[in-house]
Amino acid sequence: MQAVIKKKAKELLECGTVDRVLGWKAGEFFYDLTPAVFTTPEEIDKDFVFSVFSGANMSKYLIEETKKEGKVAAFIKPCDSYSLVQLQKEHRIKRENCYIVGIACDGMCDMGLVREAGIKGATAVSEKDDKLVLETIYGEKEMPKEKALLERCVHCKSKKVVDFDEMIGENGEENPDCGRFDEVERLEAMTPDERFAFWRSQLSRCIRCNACRNVCPACSCEKCVFDNPDSGIAQKAAASDFEENNFHIIRAYHVAGRCTDCGECSRVCPQNIPLHLLNRKFIKDMNELYGFYQAGADFETKPPIMNYTTNDAEPSVVYQRGGSK
Amino acid sequence: MKKIAKAKIDDLFKAISEKEVLYLPVDDAQGQAAFIPWKEGLKMSGDLNTVRSAKDLFFPQVESLVNFKMDGKKLEIIDAKRENDPFVIFGVRPCDAKSFEILDKVFYYSEPVDSFYIARRDKSTVVVLACNEPEETCFCQAFGIDQAEAAGGDVSAWEDGENFYFKAVTEKGEALLEGLPLEDAEDGAADDIKKAAKAVMEKLPLRDLDLSKFGAGKTQELFDDPAWAKLSESCLGCGTCTFVCPTCQCFDIKDFDGGKQIRRFRCWDSCMYSDFTQMSAGQPRPTQKERFRQRFMHKLVYYPDMHEGMFSCVGCGRCLRKCPIHMNIVKVIKTIGEEK
Repeated sequence: MQAVIKKKAKELLECGTVDRVLGWKAGEFFYDLTPAVFTTPEEIDKDFVFSVFSGANMSKYLIEETKKEGKVAAFIKPCDSYSLVQLQKEHRIKRENCYIVGIACDGMCDMGLVREAGIKGATAVSEKDDKLVLETIYGEKEMPKEKALLERCVHCKSKKVVDFDEMIGENGEENPDCGRFDEVERLEAMTPDERFAFWRSQLSRCIRCNACRNVCPACSCEKCVFDNPDSGIAQKAAASDFEENNFHIIRAYHVAGRCTDCGECSRVCPQNIPLHLLNRKFIKDMNELYGFYQAGADFETKPPIMNYTTNDAEPSVVYQRGGSK
Repeated sequence: MKKIAKAKIDDLFKAISEKEVLYLPVDDAQGQAAFIPWKEGLKMSGDLNTVRSAKDLFFPQVESLVNFKMDGKKLEIIDAKRENDPFVIFGVRPCDAKSFEILDKVFYYSEPVDSFYIARRDKSTVVVLACNEPEETCFCQAFGIDQAEAAGGDVSAWEDGENFYFKAVTEKGEALLEGLPLEDAEDGAADDIKKAAKAVMEKLPLRDLDLSKFGAGKTQELFDDPAWAKLSESCLGCGTCTFVCPTCQCFDIKDFDGGKQIRRFRCWDSCMYSDFTQMSAGQPRPTQKERFRQRFMHKLVYYPDMHEGMFSCVGCGRCLRKCPIHMNIVKVIKTIGEEK
């Protein structure tokens, strides 16, 4: 796959289709790839990497990249493509300034999970059958690849690239039975006190680094209210439990109906807080109250919060559902 | 030298915590190691390092400075500083121990001194634990830190499969070990552990990181380097690197207005943030390039300028592990170092 992608990237530059290529740049190790802009075939030969550690969603970078002169190519995985479409619906990306190559994806791995499996000092990786074989300072180790998959890939909602100029590999299908709401249902089944305790135990570990917000394709405000000293609620650190909860809950509200469930928030959280569960609860509620909606799935469907139908839930649904659900 | 069998380690933790609060690296619900007060049943984390560094215990992320209480036109000013009880931090790694020296130069020894920091620092006893299994992300050797030696604290400690070994290196350390349920051990008891650790150090991929292009007096040479633009281009501007860093020391002072009371607190700040050191005249670092440059120039040039050439990085590798886009100080050192 990497060879095909690199060939395509060079071809697009050489025949002048694009001026720049957005991709993943090699790091010190096999896993620490950095999103980068490549401008020459030589740079691509030298540093472009596509591997199971190319998890970063490139869509948000296109906001700034498509403001620049010329055209940029981006390689977009299925889940990234939902963000790409959603950002276009919000008029944040100039589609005419980018060339999208869709790429089929079998799931991305997370180095944090490799480390959690007890593998220390990894310096190289290869894949054998369903396993990751890791060379480490302490000898060769292996683990099942599925144990290293990002949560969003374990519950992959779609293998379909929804917007592209050309496709590498075969485009896949949506997967409604991915089980991504199972964990939300488990939380819904808790008593309010248990649920509160669960979220306090998670959110109290937040260090307010803002990685979740800054990586989030739906968080594309020029200036976040939490960064604005004039807003009266600017927070560099949570001064109380309330503020700690408030930041994440307000953020979840703000991206409701626009969050495509790309899972970047949970991928980047240095404290491993399962932030995606907040967004999924909102998605699940909207699906139940307003009918199924997948943000970024197409250009036409109106999001439930911006669309009125006579079947919409009444505000009293809050009381009907009560505290137990 | 003293020792205790690992099977009896809970007896030791119990004995320490009867004297003082004992902070220990423990895995939380999500498997992330953090320093938390020991209580019966808690097990020491098997991770090499905590997510947040041990600096939290001297320089917490949020701390109240003063409270104001308003009653009509009457304003009461309440000192928020509390007396700190003595405490022990067990299992600090040599890199984090070195970070205390870096923070001390700023908060403890430079005027104006930081009385909040000093109050905690003076009450602490630090047990430094050598690293038997460093990770590929470790580069403390580049800063002259020896992970086999467990220096920089009040007690140096080593572990093998069977035992923990302790050697007091300060008076405070001696006072801590006195009266604890420890057995005597030979002076060279940890020699084999050190030897094995040194053998591993030889294999670490970042052991030869070259810092010769950085240090005091390099501002003019490095400030306008064109590489900063490329290095910072995909930086998200989040504060992860600064908040997991054991040597990042910047803070902001904020008021929390509760209507009748105001809590004035300080909290960690990050040079990566858009309003960092913003002034009425505007933002001196208008784009992420300048903010990004500030962080690394501070670690590798400005701090050495002010503190006899000492770098303010200890090579713990936290930023290598946690940066969402995997940009980090090693990549900066290599990129700029190689082109010079």
